[in-house]
Amino acid sequence: MATQAAAKPAKANILQAINAAIADAMEADDNVVVLGEDVADPEEGGVCGVTKGLSSRFGDARVRSTPISEQAIIGAAIGASLVGFKPVAEIMLMNFTTVAMDMIVNHAAKLRFMSGGQTHVPIVIRTMTGTGFASGGQHCDYLEAWFAHTAGIKVVAPSSPRDAYGLMRSAIDDPDPVMFIENLPTYWAPAEAPEKGHRVPIGKANVLSEGSDVTIVAYARMIQEALPAVAQLAEAGISAELIDLRTIAPWDRETVLASVAKTGRAMIVHEAVTPFGVGAEIGSVLNEELFGKLKAPVKRLGGAFCPVPFSKPLETAFAPQTADIVAAAQALMGR
Amino acid sequence: MTNRAVPDAATQLEIYRRMALIKANDERSRKVIMTGRLVMPYYSPRGQEVIPSAISVNLTDDDYICTIYRGSHDQLAKGLPLKDLWAEVAGRTSGTCKGKGGPMHVTYPTKGIMVTTGIVGSTMPIANGLAWGSQLRGDGRVTVANFGDGAANIGAFHESLNLASVWKLPVIFVCQNNEWGEHTAYDKTSNVPVAARAAAYGIPGERVDGNDPFAMYAAAHEAIARARAGEGPTLIEAMTYRFHGHVFGDQDAYMDKGRKAQALADDPVPRFRARLIADGVAGEDQLAAMEADIEAQIDEAVEFALAGDFPGIEELKRDVFAEELN
Repeated sequence: MATQAAAKPAKANILQAINAAIADAMEADDNVVVLGEDVADPEEGGVCGVTKGLSSRFGDARVRSTPISEQAIIGAAIGASLVGFKPVAEIMLMNFTTVAMDMIVNHAAKLRFMSGGQTHVPIVIRTMTGTGFASGGQHCDYLEAWFAHTAGIKVVAPSSPRDAYGLMRSAIDDPDPVMFIENLPTYWAPAEAPEKGHRVPIGKANVLSEGSDVTIVAYARMIQEALPAVAQLAEAGISAELIDLRTIAPWDRETVLASVAKTGRAMIVHEAVTPFGVGAEIGSVLNEELFGKLKAPVKRLGGAFCPVPFSKPLETAFAPQTADIVAAAQALMGR
Repeated sequence: MTNRAVPDAATQLEIYRRMALIKANDERSRKVIMTGRLVMPYYSPRGQEVIPSAISVNLTDDDYICTIYRGSHDQLAKGLPLKDLWAEVAGRTSGTCKGKGGPMHVTYPTKGIMVTTGIVGSTMPIANGLAWGSQLRGDGRVTVANFGDGAANIGAFHESLNLASVWKLPVIFVCQNNEWGEHTAYDKTSNVPVAARAAAYGIPGERVDGNDPFAMYAAAHEAIARARAGEGPTLIEAMTYRFHGHVFGDQDAYMDKGRKAQALADDPVPRFRARLIADGVAGEDQLAAMEADIEAQIDEAVEFALAGDFPGIEELKRDVFAEELN
């Protein structure tokens, strides 16, 4: 009985995994520093406690709470990175990245290119977002397409504690700026814990379930909606392959194209609004590369084209749900 | 103020050399554009020669600067080699940035020239990060963030001064107030001196005659000493005047003719030259030889640049990320 208990995998949630990843990176490299609003311990290690304990452990020189000044936060991260540091900067919510867009888009993304490779900006911008915590139009947007559309920035969005840890370690190691998107409503769900030092390569998708009829490409919280959809589809006799993209820019074309070449049907599911989104890009590539092999037009499933609403039924209806994914897959099958 | 730092004779001469270099380089830049040998957006720093010249003699190669599109004076004063500059503004592979940055994005870390930006007001947030790095390492380096009076009204200015004050960063904010934010006069965009805003952040602020090498030297010397001693940031508002329109080709109809004539008559470069001679710091022949040498160096740099190769198309995808992505 004792051995059975020991074999049980340890559990952790996404919040704990990100905290552990940053702590392990700071332990491994003195050049890893953390800054952002409320991130140090006197300020409770961030509004959700993602960076709790780090300033007590590594000192307030390396873990610094800032004023509410998003341009100053990203600017300080960029400057420090130019001289060899690896800053992890928190922009509390993804909507607030808008206040720092000059620093992110004009500077972090472009200094390597504009300097002809003389300088580079190895920063991680951690940010939280997602519908489901009743915060309305200015706290819940997924803006990943804005950054994916900017040459020079990498964008990742983990869906599990293991991936959150592994992608954070890779993001901190990465020589380029990485936008690290955390889904706030999924922070606290326990799952398999990552082991120390685990890495998830940036740009590599994860095939969560194999199937032969339809490929579902999703990421972040949409994985939680897609997993039960895959089970329901199986009961209805439809074999769905579920790919967790994990990295949005660069996305894993190889894995996605191979899957859709096999199934002949694809849908892309994301929480961001549908028009001009990641689904449009992936769908377009699938059409270009697999035109003769597709058995149905590529389907996009995204958020409604409106600001994120507050009222609960509207907020719930905003983003794709399991039933929407099931219905879309059935439509792709001609049922 | 009494007992302020005074540059010794050798330093005065070096300040003048940098000023003469900037002036000659500006005149040549406009000539090369006008004769059609080179096409580039050009923002003349003419009239602002004293500021970086008097500051940079207090800096080492290890200290950092950030500057803006109107920044060739800052870059030359900090030691950017003429050939590297000319090749970059000509878009050649032999330029500092392989021709991929151009005049608005010159980078040259060898001499601490870390960022040149085309976005008004964006040097200050990044300068804070460079200074934070120095503070973390305890390496004694200082960072100078250059910007214009127009930039003092963007939010990043306020965010940066506040953060630098709270974190006590070794950074000097240098507002080069040339009385013009693009086509709009400073007094139409602000009711207060830029330097007065330092008080709002609890840091020293000084408005200084940016066309007076002695005043500029003293202000910079003190601010840099404070920063090196760990006493935090300083805001310097260096008063000067932009001799030309905002960008090359701008006919500057919006600039008051009388004020401009007055500024041109008070050109800081010949004025300091005359003073060096009057004070016996240098002789006419010595300065003439220095200036001839500068002209020869510029001749060589221009020809070197224009003879250089343009980057190959493969450079489009290079340096976007560390590794080339599809």
